[in-house]
Amino acid sequence: MSIDPNAPLTNEQLIKLHSLMVQGRVLEERLIQMYKQGDGYFWIGGPGEEAFNVPLGMLIHKGQGPEFDYLHFHYRQSATLLAMGADPVDALRQMKNTATDPYSGGRNFGGHPSIRKWNIVPVASTIETQYTMAPGTAMAQKRHGGRGITIVTGGDAGTAEGDFATCLVWSSRPMEPLPVLMIVTNNKWGISTAAAPQHGEKNVADRGRAFGIECKTIDGNDPEVAWREIASAMEYVRTTRRPFLLESIVSRLYGHSSASGANPVTDEADCLKGFEARLEARKILTREQMDSLRQKFTDELQLAHRRVREEPQPDGKTIYDHVFQTRDLVRGG
Amino acid sequence: MSSMIQAVRMALHVAEERHGVTDIFGEDVGPPLGGAFTATQGLKRAWNSPLDERGIVGTSIGLGLAGCRNVAEIQFCDYAFNTIDLLKLGGMMSWASHGDWNCPITIMTPVGSGIRGSIYHSHSFDATATHIHGWKIAMPSNPKDAYALLLSCIVDPNPCMFLIPKALMRSRAAPGEEIPGIDVDDRGLSKLIDAPLGDRSKWTPQWPDTPDLFIPVGEAATVRKGRDLTVVSYGRTLPLCVKAADSLAAEGIEAEVIDLRWLAPYDWERIKESVKRTGRALFVNEDTEITNFGEHLARRTTEEFFYELLAPPKVLAGAAIPGIGLADNLEMASVPQLPSITQAMRDLAASKP
Repeated sequence: MSIDPNAPLTNEQLIKLHSLMVQGRVLEERLIQMYKQGDGYFWIGGPGEEAFNVPLGMLIHKGQGPEFDYLHFHYRQSATLLAMGADPVDALRQMKNTATDPYSGGRNFGGHPSIRKWNIVPVASTIETQYTMAPGTAMAQKRHGGRGITIVTGGDAGTAEGDFATCLVWSSRPMEPLPVLMIVTNNKWGISTAAAPQHGEKNVADRGRAFGIECKTIDGNDPEVAWREIASAMEYVRTTRRPFLLESIVSRLYGHSSASGANPVTDEADCLKGFEARLEARKILTREQMDSLRQKFTDELQLAHRRVREEPQPDGKTIYDHVFQTRDLVRGG
Repeated sequence: MSSMIQAVRMALHVAEERHGVTDIFGEDVGPPLGGAFTATQGLKRAWNSPLDERGIVGTSIGLGLAGCRNVAEIQFCDYAFNTIDLLKLGGMMSWASHGDWNCPITIMTPVGSGIRGSIYHSHSFDATATHIHGWKIAMPSNPKDAYALLLSCIVDPNPCMFLIPKALMRSRAAPGEEIPGIDVDDRGLSKLIDAPLGDRSKWTPQWPDTPDLFIPVGEAATVRKGRDLTVVSYGRTLPLCVKAADSLAAEGIEAEVIDLRWLAPYDWERIKESVKRTGRALFVNEDTEITNFGEHLARRTTEEFFYELLAPPKVLAGAAIPGIGLADNLEMASVPQLPSITQAMRDLAASKP
């Protein structure tokens, strides 16, 4: 299925996009509350990135195996998962590290999903390692043919790691360019360290040019821009089977993680506020409708939080489970 | 009779022909070189990668997750140390996803001393590898085992490390231990499967018809029976242990020698049965002695059979130094050699409660 990136979004699409952005924000706020109430040991997520992450999730070709998109995410992608159709309660389960957590059975931090049926590779806390794996899945897709691509996401600070260069080199080898969409969400921070004194490059995306990789820096706080640019970059990768480096300028509205307090920041643009003002001005949604939508998601997740709190914790006896596999699942075994 | 490196190459050929291996890759793995040690000459699926070990391991994992059974090479294990967190990730795919994913890949790498490789071509990797859980780890001591262990790694649904002792790469199979299906002598086999010097662009190998051979994961081999002590080793030091045991027979000492073959998981039942019978255990390998894999085996031996032992378990391993020096005397003094192994066995046999 091909999408025309330049076709304006219909009102129906804009309303869906907005709804997912609100749900994504409310989910992150609930996860932060869980952490602060002692229902999780650590929080990390993507509040402030919804305008980019939701269109990304809506545009992903979701499924299992090389004909669908392979996804090497980092830990700020909860809104993308919602847009793909994930149950937000599963994010709560991982936050509470319950036995029912479908992503890791209570083993990993919140925001670290793994969903093989959607080609979502287990998210790791190690910064940038996902960029070394992306060429491998993309190689399989290039041989397989079709429109499936590999999408890898990370932040700006992580691009200082050699693994980012690995992805640039391996994706653009003249003997076998690969269908990799490299995404960098640039919030201009690495935990507490500002990017400006550390990085001499004007735009991260500029680094693609030396490798002949198509690249672009966009305003990731505008969901209509993000939709158009993601759709355009995806279409390029799907059809040319070559890499694209997309840098999205985004905000970080609750700091890096619970390690930096997870408190709201007020000096960065809030993509949701900007989008809601536009929807109101265009008379697509009223303030009341948007407020009541937010309340609905808040209530739902509050109830879900209470339920998840009562779900069982994993049994210590299970620590040795799944060290090794007996079946070759990825080869259909 | 094939050499170990020819056995590795023939196993890779069988794997790409019959077991669905899609990629065999790494630095200088493809033509024209076919591997720094010739392990990948003439293979259809072999290709050269950029000089980037992290890219090699990461791409291997990515291919594996996409269902492509592959073999990636790190040219020397000395250059795998910058891939440790990726090896940890590879070993964690199943566990961290609570069994949702598996990763069917094999990383092969030459290990250890024996070729005067100086500081950065002589490291061992077994102590490091056995700290990275979620991997199955094999290390052969003869060509036939190399062939069968590598095939066993390749068909396993889990990530496997195949550690090739550099010192044994040119070693030949003992009589009776040849890989079946090779009906020519050494020279004849070389003519069939070793790439010629010079221009190789027109050359194609003539592969002998060798069968599928596997060694069950975690199965060691008792290569010499004995009553007085148990020696557990693998890789380069294994043949030295056998040689030492043979020479000690003249002194009336009968040592049992176990070739571990798999370091993870390992054959504890075999070690247990042997040590309980002999009452004496010596663990020999050449990785550095502090937090050495042999230390782990000695610890279990001590904890589990303390009151049945006739002597304290011993570990003979590499010196606790940062690297292995180039000069003959430096290398020989850094890792166990035949005299030190023989003496350690003699001392242990003489030790009385």
